Amino acid sequence: MRAVVVIFPGSNRERDVCAALALVIGREPVRVWHRDTDMPRSDLIVLPGGFAYGDYLRCGAMAAHSPIMHEVRDRAAKGTPILGICNGFQILAEAGMLPGALLPNRSLRFTCRDIHLRVENNQTIFTCGYAARQTIRVPVAHHDGNYTADPDTLDRLEDRGLVAFRYCGPDGDLSEAGNFNGSARAIAGIFNNSRTVLGLMPHLENAVDPLLGGTDGRAFFEGLVGALQ
Amino acid sequence: MRGGSNVTPALAAEHGLTEEEFDRAVGILGHTPNVTELGIFSAMWSEHCSYKSSKVWLKTLPTTGPRVICGPGENAGVVDIGDGDAVVFKIESHNHPSFIEPYQGAATGVGGILRDVFTMGARPIAILDSLRFGSPDHPRTRHLVSGVVSGIGGYGNCVGVPTVGGECEFHRCYDGNILVNAMCVGIARADRIFYSAAAGPGNPVIYIGAKTGRDGIHGATMASAEFSSDAGEKRPTVQVGDPFTEKLLIEACLELMEGDAIVAIQDMGAAGLTSSSVEMAGKGGLGIELDLDRVPLRETGMSAYEIMLSESQERMLMILRPGSEIDARRIFAKWELDFAVIGRVTETGRLVLRMNGEIAADIPVEPLVTAAPVYQRPWLRHHSEPEIDPASLPDRDPFECLRCLVASPTLASKRWIWEQYDHLVMGSTVKRPGGDAAVVRVSAAGKALALAADCTPRYCRADPVRGGAQAVAESWRNLTAVGAEPLALTDNMNFGNPERPEIMGEFAGAIEGIRGACLALDYPVVSGNVSFYNETNGSAILPTPVIGGVGLVAIRDVVDLALKRDGDALILIGETNGHLGCSLYLREIENSEAGPPPPVDLAAERRNGDFVRGVIRAGHAVACHDLSDGGLLAAVAEMAMTGGRGVTFEPLPTDLPRNAFLFGEDQARYIVETADPDTVLEAARAAGVPAHVIGAVGGVALTLPGAGAISVDALRAANEAWLPDYMAQA
Repeated sequence: MRAVVVIFPGSNRERDVCAALALVIGREPVRVWHRDTDMPRSDLIVLPGGFAYGDYLRCGAMAAHSPIMHEVRDRAAKGTPILGICNGFQILAEAGMLPGALLPNRSLRFTCRDIHLRVENNQTIFTCGYAARQTIRVPVAHHDGNYTADPDTLDRLEDRGLVAFRYCGPDGDLSEAGNFNGSARAIAGIFNNSRTVLGLMPHLENAVDPLLGGTDGRAFFEGLVGALQ
Repeated sequence: MRGGSNVTPALAAEHGLTEEEFDRAVGILGHTPNVTELGIFSAMWSEHCSYKSSKVWLKTLPTTGPRVICGPGENAGVVDIGDGDAVVFKIESHNHPSFIEPYQGAATGVGGILRDVFTMGARPIAILDSLRFGSPDHPRTRHLVSGVVSGIGGYGNCVGVPTVGGECEFHRCYDGNILVNAMCVGIARADRIFYSAAAGPGNPVIYIGAKTGRDGIHGATMASAEFSSDAGEKRPTVQVGDPFTEKLLIEACLELMEGDAIVAIQDMGAAGLTSSSVEMAGKGGLGIELDLDRVPLRETGMSAYEIMLSESQERMLMILRPGSEIDARRIFAKWELDFAVIGRVTETGRLVLRMNGEIAADIPVEPLVTAAPVYQRPWLRHHSEPEIDPASLPDRDPFECLRCLVASPTLASKRWIWEQYDHLVMGSTVKRPGGDAAVVRVSAAGKALALAADCTPRYCRADPVRGGAQAVAESWRNLTAVGAEPLALTDNMNFGNPERPEIMGEFAGAIEGIRGACLALDYPVVSGNVSFYNETNGSAILPTPVIGGVGLVAIRDVVDLALKRDGDALILIGETNGHLGCSLYLREIENSEAGPPPPVDLAAERRNGDFVRGVIRAGHAVACHDLSDGGLLAAVAEMAMTGGRGVTFEPLPTDLPRNAFLFGEDQARYIVETADPDTVLEAARAAGVPAHVIGAVGGVALTLPGAGAISVDALRAANEAWLPDYMAQA
């Protein structure tokens, strides 16, 4: 299997996701620079975390207009799975490849900590490594992760099973306390209609090594790579 | 051409040069300087750049060791960590700018220290921050905490280097002068370190990074004077940070450093283009000619004076091998950064600046650097404080005191701060903030670095020598407590006005204490920074020599402070004499800052620390914590709160007042959690190290014979609540 990680100027979690993928695939993903218009053939395209172009405008707004995004959009249309993590999710939303937007956290502060997620739909290539409604503990690190969309969009996401993950308490309870950034309906990650594009705020790639505080992200990459191989 | 200089001694005085310093500058030039030359002399001879008050003292510090590759004098210290790798690190203050404009002041402090590290060829892998604010009751404190923390986070989070540790304290002596010290740690190949000495006459001098604007002109001079009540008017001397450009600069420089194009490289920090060009020329014993018309500018109409003294951020100066410009330019074009050949190295030994077809300045470099004034400032030795007899203090309920201490600003959880820092990016954080030391993995084979920043300023004020030694010892202990071998340190000396003999006495004493501890613990100083003039209207900060320590550890040996298993024994290592003078207990419970700090027995530090490291590495300890603020009971409470387990204490010794035993701050002590107390006690006897079992892990409360119990959850709630509650108040 061949994975491509797109590097924007200001991407900073590319190392982390490359390491997580390499752990499962057995070799390093290919890194593609944002100015490249020629994307190598790939089974998975990843938009990593960071601050693309500094994110001095709305997060992801400039990267969404980067030349490489035409290619990402084309590949997505042809069914290549796209994974956008944190800044990658913000870019996918700004590019219109996923509905909704990511507002500043309810606290108005950057937040880096472990949180709990409930797996809302495990019948996808991305989430098949988890049991239905499984609760996992993984880190977040963002300032603008407060997901929002109009009520019709939110209803549609729910009705079609396009909510991937929700923030929850340690026991999987959907209390407001678990929804640390104030996201609409505690949404932490969503799919596109065909469930081949996933955007999520949490850093599953930072939860794959027992030495580094947890391994609950590992099943995600194992499931994904297994589904694509 | 310069005959028409209208520079007067009065203008020189406005630039911070004394009459004698001005005369010396005139003597070096052979004529009265023009305003650009005056600006250059004033910046280079400022306290900030010249270390004129501290140099004679700093020279006494031990700076070498078998692992030291590069000690003080370069952009950062370099220490061998084996397998061809080196750790590169330094701490630096951004105190004055952060008080004036907390967000940008703190942010650019992080930016500056990152550049010091990657300038040497290292990829930055961790940031630590040592922060000191005024009294929580002071009306500006909340605003300063909020601004500084978001500034550090805003910069570090964006460049993608994890902020893994640090410290934060509050005291009214910082009301008018907060301290923001940032430490950066990077990793390089030991044989690929880059230095700043210019070489090769004729070689091109290259400017890279962001454009030059009018921001931060005279920041170095601002940081070399005390504040009066008009500090707010100094805002235009604070620079503005752009972490995105810094991120690009890191990647571009490291990419260029993979080849052999670079002869020398230096970041533009304080005094910008002036100090970078003068230092490169001075270290190489050569001259540099700059064509200021070629400097990339952000604004029009800038004078030579402004260009040379701008402290615009995210800029570097390089000297390249001839013929390598094209390849280098291509790398910087890829990262969309300015790249301009602005001059060349010469054999003249002079700094010559040209602009608009004229010579804007012409100064001999060697005297500018070496004839910089050096002061043997008068100093007063500190008088020691009378001892505190613990028996003279009231006997209070220990758990009520503990609850109060863990909720005090000093011991309260700093989670509110470090959760605003991305401490996980780069995927190598083994031990996160909140423990004795952060641990960051540096190799797939399981090698890691332990990192900590420490100082106890109240000790330093009561006894600068002991306080200096204690800061080093505590740093060494914190690294030891996670299982690491302490390698070397970087020091950030924050003091008041050195022209006052009592302040100079604090400085001299702290240096003496640091020196003794470094020698006894084989823990050399490899880099550092001095920040004087931290005073406002004549009122100085507490003497604050912050020690940033780096240790080496195998990941398999790393322990933290969280209690792990019910039934384990807790063993107290080290001697307890119940020293309450200058303690947190005395300050928070008895409202007194009296007494001397605890004695620092460096032989005991060494013996006890080496023993504890041995116990950890032999696998006998599952948790370990060093004893510091709040003594034994605070340390046990921290272990309990982190691990979510209780402790039942053994009966207390009867030869000391109860609270002196529980809250005394005797040094050289640790608590170790072990399933095998007999082995540990036997080994301690053999090593001549005091050790005894003080309690057992279990339950959900701390229980003391004769004093009842307190729930760990209640303690944690008090400990976690203080800072968020404080920051939430309008």
